[in-house]
Parts: sequence; C-alpha cells; structure tokens
Amino acid sequence: MNAINRDTRRASRALAPLAFGILSLFALPARAAPPLTYMIGDGPKAYPVVSLTWGLLIISLIVITIMTVLVCLGAVHRRSPRGDLSIEAVPLLHGGAGLRWVGFGVVITGIVLFGSLIWTMAVLARVSNPPAGKSPLTIEITGQQWWWKARYLSADPSKVLTTADEFHIPVGQPVRVKLIGADVIHNFWVPALTGKMQAIPGKINETWLEASKPGRYRGQCTEYCGWQHAHMAFFVVADPPDVFQAWLTKQLEPAAPASAQDQHGQQLFQQHCGLCHTVRGTLAGGTVAPDLTHVMSRETLAAGTLPNTPGNLVGWVANPQSIKPGNNMPDLFLSGPDLTDITTYLRTLK
Amino acid sequence: MTDAASALPVGSVDRRASGWYGVLCLIATESALFVYLLFSYYYSAVQLPPTWTPEPHPSFAYSLPATIAMLLSSAAVWWSTRSLHGRALGAHRLGLAFAIILGLIFFAFEGLEWASKPYMLSSNLYSSLFFTITGFDLAHLAIGIVGLCAVLIWSLLGYLDYRRESPTVIMAAYWHFVTAVWIAIFFTLYITPYFR
Amino acid sequence: MTFQVERVPHAGTATPSFRQRLEHIWETEPGVAGFFSTVDHKKIGIRYIITAFIFLAAGGIEALILRLQLARPNQNLLAPEQYDQLFSTHGMTMIFLYALPVLSGFSNYLWPLILGARDMAFPRVNALSYWLYVASGIFMYVGFFMGAGPNDGWFNYVPYANRTYNPGLSMDFYSLGMVFLGISTTVGAANFVVTFLRLRAPGMSINRLPVMTWGTLTASAANLLVVPSVSLAFFMLWLDRNFGTHFFDVSKGGQPLLWQHLFWIFGHPWVYALVLPAMGMVSEGLPVFCRRPLVGYSAVVLATLATMTLGFGVWVHHMFATGLPNLAMSFFSGISLIITIPSAVTVFCWTATIWTGRPVITTAFLFFASTIILFVIGGVSGFMTGSVPADWQLNDTYFVVAHIHYVLLGINVFPVCGALYYWFPKMTGRLLDERLGQWNFWTMFVGFNLAFLPMHLTGLLGMPRRIYTYPAGVGWDTLNMITTIGAFILAVGVLLLFINVVTSLIGGALAGANPWDAPTLEWSVPSPPPPYNFAVLPKVASRYPLWESRLQASRGASSVTEGALLDHERETFGVTPLDGEPDIILKMPFDSYAPFVLTVGTTAIFVGLLLHRHLWPLAIVGAVIAAASLLAWLWPERRLGQTVEAAP
Repeated sequence: MNAINRDTRRASRALAPLAFGILSLFALPARAAPPLTYMIGDGPKAYPVVSLTWGLLIISLIVITIMTVLVCLGAVHRRSPRGDLSIEAVPLLHGGAGLRWVGFGVVITGIVLFGSLIWTMAVLARVSNPPAGKSPLTIEITGQQWWWKARYLSADPSKVLTTADEFHIPVGQPVRVKLIGADVIHNFWVPALTGKMQAIPGKINETWLEASKPGRYRGQCTEYCGWQHAHMAFFVVADPPDVFQAWLTKQLEPAAPASAQDQHGQQLFQQHCGLCHTVRGTLAGGTVAPDLTHVMSRETLAAGTLPNTPGNLVGWVANPQSIKPGNNMPDLFLSGPDLTDITTYLRTLK
Repeated sequence: MTDAASALPVGSVDRRASGWYGVLCLIATESALFVYLLFSYYYSAVQLPPTWTPEPHPSFAYSLPATIAMLLSSAAVWWSTRSLHGRALGAHRLGLAFAIILGLIFFAFEGLEWASKPYMLSSNLYSSLFFTITGFDLAHLAIGIVGLCAVLIWSLLGYLDYRRESPTVIMAAYWHFVTAVWIAIFFTLYITPYFR
Repeated sequence: MTFQVERVPHAGTATPSFRQRLEHIWETEPGVAGFFSTVDHKKIGIRYIITAFIFLAAGGIEALILRLQLARPNQNLLAPEQYDQLFSTHGMTMIFLYALPVLSGFSNYLWPLILGARDMAFPRVNALSYWLYVASGIFMYVGFFMGAGPNDGWFNYVPYANRTYNPGLSMDFYSLGMVFLGISTTVGAANFVVTFLRLRAPGMSINRLPVMTWGTLTASAANLLVVPSVSLAFFMLWLDRNFGTHFFDVSKGGQPLLWQHLFWIFGHPWVYALVLPAMGMVSEGLPVFCRRPLVGYSAVVLATLATMTLGFGVWVHHMFATGLPNLAMSFFSGISLIITIPSAVTVFCWTATIWTGRPVITTAFLFFASTIILFVIGGVSGFMTGSVPADWQLNDTYFVVAHIHYVLLGINVFPVCGALYYWFPKMTGRLLDERLGQWNFWTMFVGFNLAFLPMHLTGLLGMPRRIYTYPAGVGWDTLNMITTIGAFILAVGVLLLFINVVTSLIGGALAGANPWDAPTLEWSVPSPPPPYNFAVLPKVASRYPLWESRLQASRGASSVTEGALLDHERETFGVTPLDGEPDIILKMPFDSYAPFVLTVGTTAIFVGLLLHRHLWPLAIVGAVIAAASLLAWLWPERRLGQTVEAAP
C-alpha cells in the first residue's frame, strides 16, 4: 500500500507541472494557478484523486480522438462519389465484417472500464479515511446562507474556537471536518485538498483533508443555495504546526479593550451589530453572523467576496445589500461619522 | 393476406382489447407510485429512532374490518367477472353491486380510522406519511367505486354483456390492484411496527 | 370460445373509390371544430414538434441571456433572483418541455406509419397527452412571466424549496406544473407501450420492428415506472409548503435526502428517456444514408434495453457527495461505469455502418454522424463522473454543465435536427433545402462545440455551477467569453433551421413518396400521408420491406399494395406482441372533444390548487368537468361495435 502511495504521489508530482502548464495555457489572464482548479492538488487525500482524474481524462481524450477520426475518416473515405444526383443511384450494400469490429471495440472498452473501476475502488478505499497513526484535529463547519462558521473542537471548553470563512490548519496533520447545514444544503469543497461533501440540515456529514505544504487554499460552496451562492467562498490556510499553534492561541483571546477614541465606535457596534455578531470581550454576542473578534486577521470579507482593505470594509458596512444582494446583513443607514467610527473600531480587531 | 381465411373478432374483445393493455400500463405506473410512497415511509423509518411513530402498536380496531371488507369486495368482483363469462348476467350485476357496497364499507371504516387518530396531517412526519399514504389509497378507491358504478350502469342499460365483457374485465383488474395496494399499505402501516 | 362479433377481413388492392371512402371515414373535420377534436396521430405529432420547438426557442433565448451575464466577470446585467429564475426555467424548459415532447412528437407522427397501422393504440389519449402538455407548459410559463418561475434549479432541492426559504408562488407553480406535466407524460408513455405491443402490420414480428421504435418503447416503459417518483416528490413538497406536512422539514423529522432519492430515481432514467428515442432515430436514419442496413440490429436493440435496465440503478451517482456509505457508492459507481458498455455497442455499430456502407453526405447524414462524435464526448465525461473520487471534484462544476449539454444537445438536438431533415419530406411533401441545410449544420456544429468544448476546461479550472457571477482573475474569464460567443453562433444555426423550414414549406422541392430510397413502411405511402395512412394494411416479411428485393433478405415477401381492406368505420389490426400475427380487428375511436375538455377540467383543478387559499372551489369545478368528460369519453358507443357489429 505504501509503495502504491509513493508511486501515485510521485506520479502526481510529475504531473503537476505538466498540469499547470496545460491549464495556464487556457487561463492566460490568471498569473498564478487558478485557485479552484482540481487538476493540481496537495496532500495525501488530493494526490490519488488528482492522478485518477488525470488518468480518466487522458483515457477520455484518447477515446474521443479515436472515435472522431474513425467517424470522419469513414464518412470521407467511403463516401459515395459526388455527382450522383439521386440517392437511388448508389447501390445498396449489405453484409460485411462490421459486427466483428463492434465486438473488438466492445472488448477493449470492457477492459478499459474494468481497469478504471479497479482504480476507482482503490482510490476510494485510500481516501475514505485519514491515514491511521496521526491524531486528527476536528473542526465543525456549518454552512449557512451565505458564509461558513467553524468551531475548532476541543475537550477543554475554553479551547473551543469559533471563527468564520478562514480556517487555519496545521501542515501534515489530518483534519476531520464535521459538516452541518444550518438552513439549506450547502457543499463544502476545497478543490486542491479535498472533494465535495454536502452540509445537509438534520444530518452530520464527515470528510477530512490534509495539506502537506503551507499555503492558502480557496474553498467554495458548490451546492446551489440561493441568491448569493456565487459569493460563498472560504479559505483553508495551511500553516506550519508552530505558526498554527500561535494563530490558535491568538484567536482564542478576547478582543483587546477598546482605546478611548474607539469607545464610541465600540458602543455603536454593540448597538447596531451586536445582536448578530460576536466580539468576544464586549457586549456584542450575536451568533447568527460571523464572529468578528479577530476580523482583521482575515484577508477577505463577506465569505471571500471582497479583499479585506479599509476601503472595502467601509463599503461593506455601509452597503452590504448592493455588494451582496439578498444577504442577511441589512443596510444600516449609518451617518458618515458613525460609519467611520464603527469601521475604525473594527480595524482594531486584529 | 393469404391466410386471412380465419375470422377475427372485431372491437374490444376480452384480453385482446387495447383497454386491457392500457389498464396493465395503468397498474404498472400506479404500483410504482405506491412503491415510492412506501419507500418514503420505510426510508424515514430507517433514518429515525423507533419513537418516530406516535403509536408503537397501531390498533386493528378499524383497519382489520376495513381489510376484510376490501378482500370481500375483490372477491365479489371476481365472482361478478366469472358470472359474466358464464353468461349469468344477474349474478354479474349482483357481484358488482356487492363490490360497490363493500367498497363503501371500507371507506366508512377508513373514515372512522382517520377520525380516531389523535394527530393530524400536519402534526409530524409520521402523521404526514400516514394520511398521505392512506389518502392516496382512498382516492384510488373512490375512482374505483365510480368506475364500478359506471360498469354496473352500462350493464343495466344493456351496453355490456358476455359478448362485450372487456370493460368489466378491465375494471376488475383495477379493483384487484386497489385491493393489493391496500394489503401492502396494511402490512406497512399496521404490521411492521410490531417487528420493532 | 366463439365471438358474436367477428369477420374475415377482405383482402385486395385499393381502388380510387375505396381510398375516397377511407378518406371520408378518417379525415378530420376542417376548421376550429376539427382543431379541438382531432385524434389523427399525424396532426398531433406535428403539433407536438412545433410546440416543442417553440419551447426550444424560449429556452434558447433564456440561455443567451444567461450567457450574456456570464460573458465577463462581475457583470450586473441580471440580479441574482433573475439569474436563478432564468437558469431554472431554462432547465425546466429544455429538459421537460422540449426534449421529451419533441421525441414524443416524432414518435407520434411516425409510429403508426413505420409500424404499418392506421393510428396509435389510443388516439384520444394521444390528443389528451398533447393538450395536457401544452396546458402544463403554459401553466409553468404563466408563473415565469408573473415573476414566479422556478428558482431552485430543475432538480429543486429541499430545504431551499421549502416555504421558509422560498416564499412566494415560484415553487407552487413548479411543483404543481410538474405533477400536471407528469400526467401527460404517463398517458403518452402508456400509449406508446400498447401501440408497440399491438398495433403493427401483420407479419411484423418482434425482430422485424423498426429499430427506432425500441428507443421510444424503452423510454416509455421507464417513464411509466419513474415519473410517479418525481410527481410524488413534487406533490409532497407542495403539501409541505401549503398544508404543513413535514416530509422534508427537518424540524419535525423530515428528510431532505429523501427528496434527492426520489428526484434522481426519476431524474437519471429520464435522461436516458431523453436520448434513447433520439438514438433510435440515428439507428433508423443513418443506415439509409449509408446505403445499407444497420450493422448489428440485435446488438443495438439489446443495448437499448440494457441501457434502460441499468439506468434504473445509477441514480445515486448524483448523490456521491451526500455522505452515503462507501459500499453503496461503490455499487452505484460500478453500474455507472458498466452502463458505458451498451452505449459503446451502439456507437460502434453506427461507426461500423458508416465504414461498411457508402455514405451519401446529406445534411441529415451530417447531423446523424456528428451525433456519434458528440455522444462519445458526452459519454466519456459521463464515464469520468461515474468514478466516485473523481466525481467529488467534477460534480457541480461547469464540467458537468458541459457534460449534460453534450448529452442533451449531442444526443437529442442534433439527432432531432437530422430527423427533421430526414422526415420533413414525409410530413410536408417537400424537401428541406440542402444548401441552407449544410450552412445550418456547420453553424450549429461549430457554435455548439465552441460553446461547450471549452466549458469542460472551465469546469476543470473549478468554476462552480449555478453562480450568477464570478470574480475576475481566477482563470475563467476568457473561457466564458468563448462560450458566450459559441452560444450565439449556435443560436444563429438554430435560426437557419427555422428559416429553412419556413422557406422550404413555401417553395421546397417536391419530395414524392420515397425521396431517400428508404426501406421502412412510412415511405410506401404518399407524402404527406392520407389521414388513414395505409389504404390496404401492408404485410411485412422482413425488417426492410422496401429494400427486400434488393437485399434478398426475406423468406416471404412483404406487400404494400395488396393486403387487408378494413373499412367498416375506423379499423386497424391488433397483432400478437411476439409474432405480429393479427388476432383482432380493432375499432378506432372517432374525433372527440373529450380530451380537450378533460384538459380544461384538469387545468382548472391545478389552478384551483395553486390558489387554494382563494380559489379552491375552482378545483372542485375542474374535478367535476374532468370526471364528466372522462365518463363521456368512455361511454360505450354502439358504433364501435359493442354486442353486434354495426353495418358498414
């Protein structure tokens, strides 16, 4: 098993640059690898799946080529001579060895299918569960319209971290993901790390992932879930174990007390936003919207919709319904100074 | 037609009538409908803890007499068809009438059964399934009773007799199907809970 | 047992006066009365085709608007709700209101002609099935034009379809409309099954049946078994939304996954039902233009049956990401891969037919032959999604959008266009223009592939389905622009088809009875055929009655000029299902308003149910109308020979 493991891993590493080459040809405007492609993967779960996908794709391309050539060649090579005005003039044929070739083709098809089936089963068995021997981290992720909530589970209740839309994980450690659907069905997908798993209300699904090198992996909801299905991305950030631990410790801390000039902003925040959002260490304790205790540690806003820049933050707080129509955050109609105070306060939540 | 010397029946005759094939198709598709209804029931039963049924042991007080009425009704239709083949028109009509009355008795028992339930359609998943499944059955039964009445009336009007028996045969097939459906429903809703 | 009503059918040839008599018996009354009462399968078939093409145009326009929105990243042409309704309506239109009805149209038109009968088994059911189709289509489109079109995709997953997340009438229109349409599909399917079994020319035993009928037969048999599944699911959804049941409501034990099971138990066989009859058209038409019989008739027939049988067992491959046990997934994955084999058999038989024939490259041939290539592309992408781990990645990305379009355009629209070029002369007496036809084909072919071949890559680059917009710089911009351009070229191609149809209707070359020198019975009668189809009922002794003398393939001899003369009112033969020996003379019904009135009643029922809070009495009125028209329909008529035969 281990040998196979190494082989596939080597194979997919060899394939990766090739893949990138081919894919980038078609994605010229994007300078880096397209963030959601699944033809390049990372980690012990992704490697065998990427190889399988490439394998099946190559088989498919070969089949398409052979059949297209056969049909075109047959039509051109055997076509009736031009100039025959009426179809009756072409004599009828019958018999011929056609059926023997059909049988030949079917046998080859059968062999290829059988091979693909075995490969499929082998990969399925490989990736169903995280590799034994490593104790996994467990994150409970809830999909809801239209963002992702994560709870990092721990036996110690004070170590349970709640955050949103950007999930850090340690490199080299498998991560179990428990999926909950809060309202409608969503679908958790981090193409470079793991395939899809639906988050279904009333049912807890499990999947797992593991990154083998540090990086920022984009994820996306792929089950149609309403108006803002398009804007329901998230990020899995793989850190070296020590960096991850530092991040976790920092995230578990409550927000730093607001300085004197931010007091008004904090008050406004508690008053306007606190029913839905939580900032630990303040009176804002709503749970229906993302936890904002360390919102500035995240690189994007509104489930991957906007880069988290000061300008975008102001724009988002001022006008959520025009940026992401139909989302559950209402337009607050804040006055200019209030808006400035709230966003200035938010920017202290590092 | 070189071998056309042999005479062929004309019109809708016995099981060569298109209507006979039609009713077989109808039974196939309606059976599928009830298979999916019962599938929905069993699927929910498997997914949920045994406590999902409000009554762990459903009562037979009304359902058993209803089942007996349904079986007798089917037997009456069978007798009616048989009499028609034997050219006994009186027995044929009497059989139809018995079948209709027994069908109405089934209806009455099911009405009592519905009235006796402490829950409503919208109480919970089980009640939704219960009333929908039995409701579908009753709807089919109602259509069947109208059909049996039509056949009886046509027979009394002299439109049908042993020379033209396909409407009776077709209607009988449908009625036996409704009975079979009820047996499946009875087994599912009343017997299987005792297995848990 | 002896029969009181029996007769030895006269044999002979048709004289002009005999034809006139038949014409008188079979023709539809002209004018409005005839329009609403006709049961002529040819009229109904053509209506089906025209209506389906109108829906194709509507669905196409919706698609073009969607493509404009997606042409560039971050566009604001459509609001999210508009986009959602448009993509859902596009799916609903193409899958339910175009793809199957157009095939039913061709089968309705062709079956009696190709089988050698005078009509379908249940001509009135045929009319009913059409009227119900139109009424349910209008019903759903009324919702769309009121701003209450479906907005949860054609698959309509709960809980998003539940009232909590989806208030308004959208879902009520869609769920009732689907139950409504389901009635039309079911009665139509039963009609095909019975016609297949019973209404054929004497001597047309089961191994002599024209190959295209097998496709529609299997599709119809499947529809009988799976349509109830989706009708039930939609009905339960409607109850959940309107009467507080809890089938899909998690808070009271409801099961969202039950919806997915019920939907896909229907959904996947349905996809085969959309392609098998079209594959039958290719199997029928392609050999004619290759100037030889189809290679491997039996193999293709068995493959058709095998595809449908296996097709019942693959629905879970739409649900690989729902957390099912590995064992179940392996099983369904295995079947999803194995189902490739019967498809491969058919594809190889077609290819072998080209290689062992002498292809005459007409527009119809181009459409049929291109189907093979498009089918292979759609097939292998299906094969990829059948593999569970690969599917976890491919599923719900544009790869699957490309796949379904290769399947539904490649093995439905392209063969249907081929069929139109092939059978248009039979239907109208005029040939479609070949020059315009070649333009038509190449524009469609290039446009289609330009639109959908790159879409596979869009999918491999990770673009999810059903998003109303997408960010710039993630690698999808160029590909989406190409797809949009391709879609517009494809639309121009379809427009050329419409232009060709209209101009050829007016000034096309006259076709004659058999312009393609084709072998099957429909080409033995004039174009367009008389209302009674066959003056004398033909006798069939081989699979290719009109090629028989040249192929020396039959033991007996088929005869299309001499045979039984059935002329006591409307009559045709019923035959034994296996041997095709006549065992009854069937009395066919006369024109009737009952199907139309029944449709009016049914429509009233559904409108009443839709607006049950305000208009529930309408449903009662509808039910009474429906019951009355049904009784009138079935009321025994002395003319149809009940206990004694009426005089001729």
